Amino acid sequence: MAVHDSAALTAGHYIDWGVISISVTNAAIIGLMVVVFVLALVLPFPRPREERPPTRQGEP
Amino acid sequence: MATLSPPRARPTTPDSHDFETRPYDLVKEFVIALAFVAVLTTLLAAVFSSPDEKPITMQRWATAAPGDVVATAVGELAGTTTSATYGAPYSHAAQGQTLLGVPLQKWGGVRIPVSSQDLVLQPLTGYAGDPRVAAALQLWGGASAQQQQAWATTYADALATAGGDPAAVPRGAYGPVPLLAAAFLQLARTGGLEGALTSSGNFYGGDQTRSVLLLADGAYLEDQAVAQHLGGDQWGMMNETGNYPGQPWMWLYTFWYQVKPFSTSPNADAQVWGLMMVLTLALALVPWIPGLRSIPRWIPVHRLVWRRWYRTHPRQ
Amino acid sequence: MTTGQAPTGAAAPAGSWTAWLRTRISRTVPPGQVLPDRQPAYVASWIYVFGVLSLAALVVVIGSGVVLSLGGVSWWHDSSVGHFVNSLHLWSVEIFFAVMVVHLWGKFWMAAWRGKRGLTWLSGVVAFVASIGTAFTGYLSQSNFDSQWISSEGKDGINAIGVGAYFNVLNPGQMLMWHIVLLPVAVGIIVGIHVVLVRRHGVVPPLDAEDPHADRPRMEAD
Repeated sequence: MAVHDSAALTAGHYIDWGVISISVTNAAIIGLMVVVFVLALVLPFPRPREERPPTRQGEP
Repeated sequence: MATLSPPRARPTTPDSHDFETRPYDLVKEFVIALAFVAVLTTLLAAVFSSPDEKPITMQRWATAAPGDVVATAVGELAGTTTSATYGAPYSHAAQGQTLLGVPLQKWGGVRIPVSSQDLVLQPLTGYAGDPRVAAALQLWGGASAQQQQAWATTYADALATAGGDPAAVPRGAYGPVPLLAAAFLQLARTGGLEGALTSSGNFYGGDQTRSVLLLADGAYLEDQAVAQHLGGDQWGMMNETGNYPGQPWMWLYTFWYQVKPFSTSPNADAQVWGLMMVLTLALALVPWIPGLRSIPRWIPVHRLVWRRWYRTHPRQ
Repeated sequence: MTTGQAPTGAAAPAGSWTAWLRTRISRTVPPGQVLPDRQPAYVASWIYVFGVLSLAALVVVIGSGVVLSLGGVSWWHDSSVGHFVNSLHLWSVEIFFAVMVVHLWGKFWMAAWRGKRGLTWLSGVVAFVASIGTAFTGYLSQSNFDSQWISSEGKDGINAIGVGAYFNVLNPGQMLMWHIVLLPVAVGIIVGIHVVLVRRHGVVPPLDAEDPHADRPRMEAD
């Protein structure tokens, strides 16, 4: 009798490198976290209004 | 505001409230963050959904792997299955794991007693109507422990030799074991096994302890898990079925199981737990651990964080 | 406003527990610092938003969990709406852990435990660990194949240290109650302590920042 064993059909994609074996999804999550961390460090944070230099049109 | 001063004086940290300030709307920040997370969550949920693989029923197990069910039932009767030889909290059959020689598992005590034989016998006892099963149960119950063990282990060996097929097993001194195992398989096929194990006699049921122990004594559950890359030596603790996101934060906990000495240690679970407790404690106590707490000074990532401040307030 | 005084201005009765508690509460955070509308000028980096993102993610995790509990334990199996809410809960948890860990990375590289903030760091780590435990009981409560496998594997770790009889991962009823009652309360208390400590001490100044009192007149008070 054929039983639909869904397990073998739905196993995900994995990256294997030596002892390391990580799912593509998990690797993407961790990679994204690192990218976000670096961006958070390097992207300029907006200055508050009272610190910004006035424009030529003369902001309040 | 002095911090603890070791012999080599470290600069103290000024009070943050003494510094010049600028407007900052905390509540607006929180509301924006909340909206952002809510929207992102909704998008991810809508696009990727979430896994929900149906649990393995005893019926499915019996249909997909009947040989495994029979072998497991015989193993329970012989007292050779994982649960039968586990030790605390289920039985006194083994000392269990130790951590640096300390028998932590045993100290926990046998507070969830589970008789592996009963995992097979109790559901069969309720198997109304079949006089042959009743007679087999009576024969088993009237025999000595040594006799029971002899019947069950002999049949287990014969089954293994016959490739797991009861029909191919030659005649031998197996007592009521073949009939009990066959009846057990039949009960599993009807779909009544889980109920017999958990809710028979008390309507609402206790919990799934006995059902899961029985299922885990077989090979089928683990085979399915390994096929999904969830096995212990496949970094399984981090993983999820299919391509769904798993538990990336478990990376270090599961890492140790992949390498020696833990990968070959009979006390791996206790040892990994002990090691992770130490590392977690170290993480929690970073502020007080010399060297560790100075890493941010040696690798000055902070210069990026405070670059605007350092530009306008140069350090000496 | 002077603490330790009853609103009428009369001195609090000696030995008043109420007055003691009121004084302690009001001194937990410096005046005006519970919800200040100004921050130190050095708070000027995107890394700072990951604390509030963690808090926001936690709110979404709990909110989606509350909705899940409305339908009961088989709702997410039987109903497509229930399944969608289940998805919301899963992804909010993934986001929660992601932003919390980035928050941890940021705080480490800023050595944010300086200036008597050791307890803030410690409570943060405890919150992290408690969150992992909460997630674990969540996975055990799914009543699907995952729960079967995770419980049969997880029991070995917990039994190995002698705790398995008291914390039975094969008991979905117990695990669910830990997941929706005991552990969220614990996480909530720990996070509450953590946030109060942040407001109490303020955001940690930059490494080697000079004491503003040392060489300049005091700036406008907060």
